[in-house]
Amino acid sequence: MFRFLRVNMATKSCVFEDIPEEYAGLGGRALTSTIVAREVNPICTPLGPHNKLVFAPGLLGATNSPNSNRISVGCKSPLTEGIKESNSGGQPGGHLAKLGIMAIIVEDMATEGEWWQLEISKDSAKLVPSTVAGLNNFDAVAKLVEQYGKDCSYVTIGRAGEFKLTAASIAFTDRELRPQRHAGRGGVGAVMGSKGLKAIIINPEGGKNHALVDEEGFKAASKRFAKALTSHPVTGKGLAEYGTAVLVNILHEAGGLPTRNFTCGQFEHHEAVSGERMNQLTKERGGEGAVAHGCMSGCIIRCSGIFPDENGKFKSKWPEYETLWCFGPHSNIDDLDLICTFDHMCDDIGVDTIDVGVAVGVAMAGGGIPLGDGKAVMEAMKGISEGTPLGRIIGCGTATTGRVFGVRRVPCVKGQSLPAYDPRAVKGVGVTYATTPMGADHTAGYAVTANILNCGGYVDPLKKEGQIELSRNLQIATASVDSVGLCLFTAFAILDIPDALAAIVDMLNAKYGWKLTGDDVVTLGQRILSTEIDFNRRAGITEAADHLPDFFSDEPVAPHNTTFDITPEELQTTFNWIKK
Amino acid sequence: MSILIKLSTTLRDLVPGYDPETGLLVTPKEEESSLTAGELARRIGIPHEEIKIVMVNGRQSGLESPVRDGDRVAYFPAVGGG
Repeated sequence: MFRFLRVNMATKSCVFEDIPEEYAGLGGRALTSTIVAREVNPICTPLGPHNKLVFAPGLLGATNSPNSNRISVGCKSPLTEGIKESNSGGQPGGHLAKLGIMAIIVEDMATEGEWWQLEISKDSAKLVPSTVAGLNNFDAVAKLVEQYGKDCSYVTIGRAGEFKLTAASIAFTDRELRPQRHAGRGGVGAVMGSKGLKAIIINPEGGKNHALVDEEGFKAASKRFAKALTSHPVTGKGLAEYGTAVLVNILHEAGGLPTRNFTCGQFEHHEAVSGERMNQLTKERGGEGAVAHGCMSGCIIRCSGIFPDENGKFKSKWPEYETLWCFGPHSNIDDLDLICTFDHMCDDIGVDTIDVGVAVGVAMAGGGIPLGDGKAVMEAMKGISEGTPLGRIIGCGTATTGRVFGVRRVPCVKGQSLPAYDPRAVKGVGVTYATTPMGADHTAGYAVTANILNCGGYVDPLKKEGQIELSRNLQIATASVDSVGLCLFTAFAILDIPDALAAIVDMLNAKYGWKLTGDDVVTLGQRILSTEIDFNRRAGITEAADHLPDFFSDEPVAPHNTTFDITPEELQTTFNWIKK
Repeated sequence: MSILIKLSTTLRDLVPGYDPETGLLVTPKEEESSLTAGELARRIGIPHEEIKIVMVNGRQSGLESPVRDGDRVAYFPAVGGG
């Protein structure tokens, strides 16, 4: 029942095809990266006809495993010019998996100015002229729901994607049909826009969970995995109660909360934008607000919360920590309601909250937006949707914005902005920023765990010792987790409870009849990274690009007054299994 | 002189009247010159099993770490995000 759906935007052909032998046994990131590496010319123009956009649910999609319905999006990134995998929650991953579609491969381009939408159901797929062109995500999905109904799930781009801005995201609807789970990073929305593909409608009718080679074995392993998740205090309770925003206060305390464009590691108004405050306001205001909300079917972590306005009406999903940070401390703004409005605007217009939020603070550093001026940020954000010059600039992300405004401190690696951890005070994640083939990305090897959160061991965040090994191991493990379709937050349980990883391996074996061991998970992770790095090398991104901007090694950051002192030569030992 | 205590998430519920903006100021008694982070936690009513992370002046420490006048001590339960 497993198949690929190959869609050609020029000819409008939509063909289901058997999965070629070389892609057997791959899912999620392993599949998107392998397809992109094999089928996309690394030197192609990312927004041109030779790039391909690949969607793939993970290996444990459409099963009763908890938290396994994420979806990976792959392409050559217009932001980094390298390979990209950006993944998301929401319903489409599970729906595609239930239909047995292990990848959608979108090729070529429609005639410029034409917009199409892809209708997918159990036995058919076709491109029809889009009925929602020109609309942002929330209006687009509302109209599509009228047309196709509430049982479908939707994948859309907003106007930022239509404009092909390099920080444009792809939105995936959650269980309430809100387009607020995003493949945010790397400008994947611009690639979808370049193809002329405005929306994908997935009708799951007739889809079903995948057949299991060993049903009883799967059930037992899935139960063990669920137990690990519910018994760990972070995945069992903490994330549901406070969301990822819980990190604001702890990063402030640790001196790793980048403030006013990475000029300080602490923000004096941290409490006002903290997870604790968000939890309190959500409960006080009640109404449509929600603590403990899951973004996709099968999620038992439920971190995604709904933030209500003063009248109890829906305002946004709970912004992630990174969003709170970049529109907050990084931009010298301490108004939680305003930050939630920006979060919602990002979801609606369809841009990466990180690359755009960081761009806002960088524009402030360059005089393009007054420091801490919420009203000016609001105008700039509206400008993304309206296509104003400033809107297009910040909509293209941090690197472009820094260049336009002549900024000395542009926190980017390979063109992608750094997330919410100062690499001088959380050095392990600095190694990940510098070396991951994705461009600066905390999720690629989340060393904050051992540096700050005492999860999976402890490595002093202020010293250089042990950081490369920490980042290496996490990057390998993460590549595997991203391939299984698991939410990355399951890693908190995986790092602390040994049986969690064993349970995942047992689920894979029981589903597919494989005989994997824990070592195979490492091998898979290494293989994915090798594939991605090889693509980047062929695209002209050499290991000379694996470093942080020099202000991180030049300027000590308060309060610890440390610099990022891991040298480029040391960073080049991260992927030590790859022959040079 | 005194010690400034900062609490996170659920730990705040264990200390009635805790103000997250100002934190909690505790003045050690003279005979407590060798106070540890663990003893300080107990003194304000936070059981050790609730604490996963201790930071003294922004640096990770253990419950056995000494704390002194003028220090800032932060306690966290298990937290995570990303």
